[in-house]
Amino acid sequence: MTLILDYDAGNLGSVRRACAEVGLAAEFSCDPSAIVQAERIIFPGVGAAGSAMRSLRERGLDDALKAAIASGIPVLGICLGMQVSLDYSEENDTQTLGLLGGRVQRFKLNQPELKIPHMGWNEVRVTQAHPVLAGIEPGDEFYFVHGYYPNPTDVTHALAVTTYEGDFTCALGKANYIGTQFHPEKSGRVGLRLFENFARWDGVWNGSQISTQAQVDGNAQ
Amino acid sequence: MLSKRVVACLDVRDGHLAKSVKFVNTKNIGDPVEKAREYYLDGLDELVFYDITASSDKRNIMLDVVEAVASQVFIPLSVGGGIRSVADATDLRLAGAEKINVNSAAVTRPNLINECSEAVGDQNIVLSMDVKRVEANAEQPSGFEIVINGGRTPTGRDALDWALEGEKRGAGELVVNSIDADGTRDGYDTVLTAMIAEAVRIPVIASGGAGLPEHLHEVLTQGKADAALVASMVHYGDYQVSGLKQYLHEQGLKIRMSW
Repeated sequence: MTLILDYDAGNLGSVRRACAEVGLAAEFSCDPSAIVQAERIIFPGVGAAGSAMRSLRERGLDDALKAAIASGIPVLGICLGMQVSLDYSEENDTQTLGLLGGRVQRFKLNQPELKIPHMGWNEVRVTQAHPVLAGIEPGDEFYFVHGYYPNPTDVTHALAVTTYEGDFTCALGKANYIGTQFHPEKSGRVGLRLFENFARWDGVWNGSQISTQAQVDGNAQ
Repeated sequence: MLSKRVVACLDVRDGHLAKSVKFVNTKNIGDPVEKAREYYLDGLDELVFYDITASSDKRNIMLDVVEAVASQVFIPLSVGGGIRSVADATDLRLAGAEKINVNSAAVTRPNLINECSEAVGDQNIVLSMDVKRVEANAEQPSGFEIVINGGRTPTGRDALDWALEGEKRGAGELVVNSIDADGTRDGYDTVLTAMIAEAVRIPVIASGGAGLPEHLHEVLTQGKADAALVASMVHYGDYQVSGLKQYLHEQGLKIRMSW
């Protein structure tokens, strides 16, 4: 069973509807015992890092999620659900799950015409091949809404980049975990393709053989 | 770099599509779910539903429409019209709306913006403002006035001042709708949109007056808008969403071209 982690962070219906569209039956749950038994987990999120982490800890979902990831099942984090996978977020000065090393930082923009949040459609450039990102072509755009971006310590965890004022990592992955800053559930056909890929993924990924484009320097802004 | 967005607005009354001309005469033009799906498949970047249902007992129909659309259309979906409370906003969010548009009720009770943005997040609250040109005076120094109730009621409120207040109260985006241009197909009021877009740090969606592809180009460049809202020009089949995007792309704007 595919489980959508519902930790009270907002409207998750759109994720379930996108799953349904590609034939992936998914259920909401905030029960730690259901999480450790799930075959596949989607960890969405809107809202703020501080309240999301509080909510996860209060329900014992942080440990359940870590246990599930340690078991090797495929896990997809989206937006805030991805951001809390790093060590720390500048948003509400929050210690996060630490599934992979790095920080989540607020955009610091010099150009006055650029706005925060970064909201709208922007191009995603895959820098490391990954089964879940398969089929994303140059020029494909995804929908973003965020004021903070992930900055992983280990560049081999960065899978794709997007340019706002500078480049930032918009997808990251480690073994059976993958996270996206953009919202595949709101990104039309290319977004649905990502869910389709995730539905078929066995959770195995050991880094790509081919690194196509320049790595992010890890210090985007 | 972010792409400029083409947004289609569908006015819905009692669960059916309607298109207004200067907000007075409304014509029935079909099924909102079917139309939404058609535009989505043709490359639309964002969809806005505006509920113009008059009687309150029929307002729940809108929730069904939103739910049906959300399960078939996988782009951001924005809903407005008659939002008076946090409960109205959260009901629509649960039905599948990404963004909530507040309008007249926020002018009457500005705290609605704060309440809704706290409840569903800044980025999901859109302040939709209906604006009419007036002679610049002490009350409306910008020469633009906020009107409510579908354009019928002047408020005495200066439009630029209201945009800034809306941003401060937590709106994540503005829809700037020119009542003078609405339904005319003579072009957007680019003076209005540029004035507001230059004053705020949140995205501006220009609305009212689109009739030709050139109008979209004009408002996305000179008008400084982040997104252009279209209605009649696509509803009646004169233009297609994909054709408009192709045109804007050829003019050198950054537009999402693969869908």
